Amino acid sequence: MVKLTKRIGGLVLRLAAFGAALAALIVMVTSRERASFLALSLEARYTDMAAFKYFVIANAVVSVYSFLVLFLPEKSLLWKFIVVLDLVMTMLLTSSLSAALAVALIGKKGNANAGWLPICGQVPKFCDQVTGALIAGFVALVLYVLLLLYSLHSVVDPFLLQKS
Amino acid sequence: MAREKSWKLLLGLRIFAFMATLAAAIVMALNKETKTLVVATIGTIPIKASLTAKFQHAPAFVFFVIANVMVSFHNLFMIVLQIFNRKPEIKCFNLLSVAILDMLNATLASAGANAAAFMAELGKNGNKHAKWNKICDQFAIYCDHGSGALIAAFIGLILMLIIAAVSISRLLIHSNKSAAATSSNT
Repeated sequence: MVKLTKRIGGLVLRLAAFGAALAALIVMVTSRERASFLALSLEARYTDMAAFKYFVIANAVVSVYSFLVLFLPEKSLLWKFIVVLDLVMTMLLTSSLSAALAVALIGKKGNANAGWLPICGQVPKFCDQVTGALIAGFVALVLYVLLLLYSLHSVVDPFLLQKS
Repeated sequence: MAREKSWKLLLGLRIFAFMATLAAAIVMALNKETKTLVVATIGTIPIKASLTAKFQHAPAFVFFVIANVMVSFHNLFMIVLQIFNRKPEIKCFNLLSVAILDMLNATLASAGANAAAFMAELGKNGNKHAKWNKICDQFAIYCDHGSGALIAAFIGLILMLIIAAVSISRLLIHSNKSAAATSSNT
């Protein structure tokens, strides 16, 4: 009985992480705004910045991986390898989130020392959607850290708690 | 258990990771370049202004320095713990906490290195869509030192990933051994 609730808890966690990563991916991809500025009109898309492209690719990889692991049977021997793969996916998530945050911060506040002006004043809806995608990415990251600790616990337990 | 192969491998990897992340933090923290440029010309007298490029100007670089200092401190702490822990039996809780801390610090190292990498890419190539000029053609030494620090940080990141994998495998081997011991006792 305890084992069943543990397994369901792990599945729910992984489903939630899959949903969060997918949401971050979709919100970032659909962010697009056209603004007319003096005589010319510029269009802001997520492909303008390399960091946002990396964010989309990383979240796509994480979503596909979560979806595939959802169907892994319980008794297979691959669960020990899943721990290391979960660590790699968490590192991918942190790196993509921090890169997108660094670039989005410059877009919002500019960088006075380098002469870079902020662009959020001209394309506010694009900025809002990017912020939403980053928040979803952060939720996916937190869920993945919990998943990492959970899969380590499920591979090493129960002999760890009884021996101490 | 004190001098087995994985102990020596882990100690060697930790020393290299400590040196790599410390080098990255120090090189980035001392990164500074001052340049005098001619801003305007009044008549025949050129007006010079001196511009400085420091690492504090970009918050991503500040985070990079802080993250690498934290990871190198973690590695130093673990090296000291490994050298002075020569007891014949190993407790499970020690191995578990080392594995978890290694995993968390690996993710921290990856966050710091990648934030600085994308910030440096923005400084090197600029961005036509947002009308941001590149700064590497004027501050070449600043960019060179920054890319050297980034390379050291990425080497440290790969080493941290290998260290985390080795710690997890030590934990799994120890739990398998104790599981076989309890099942053979009963």
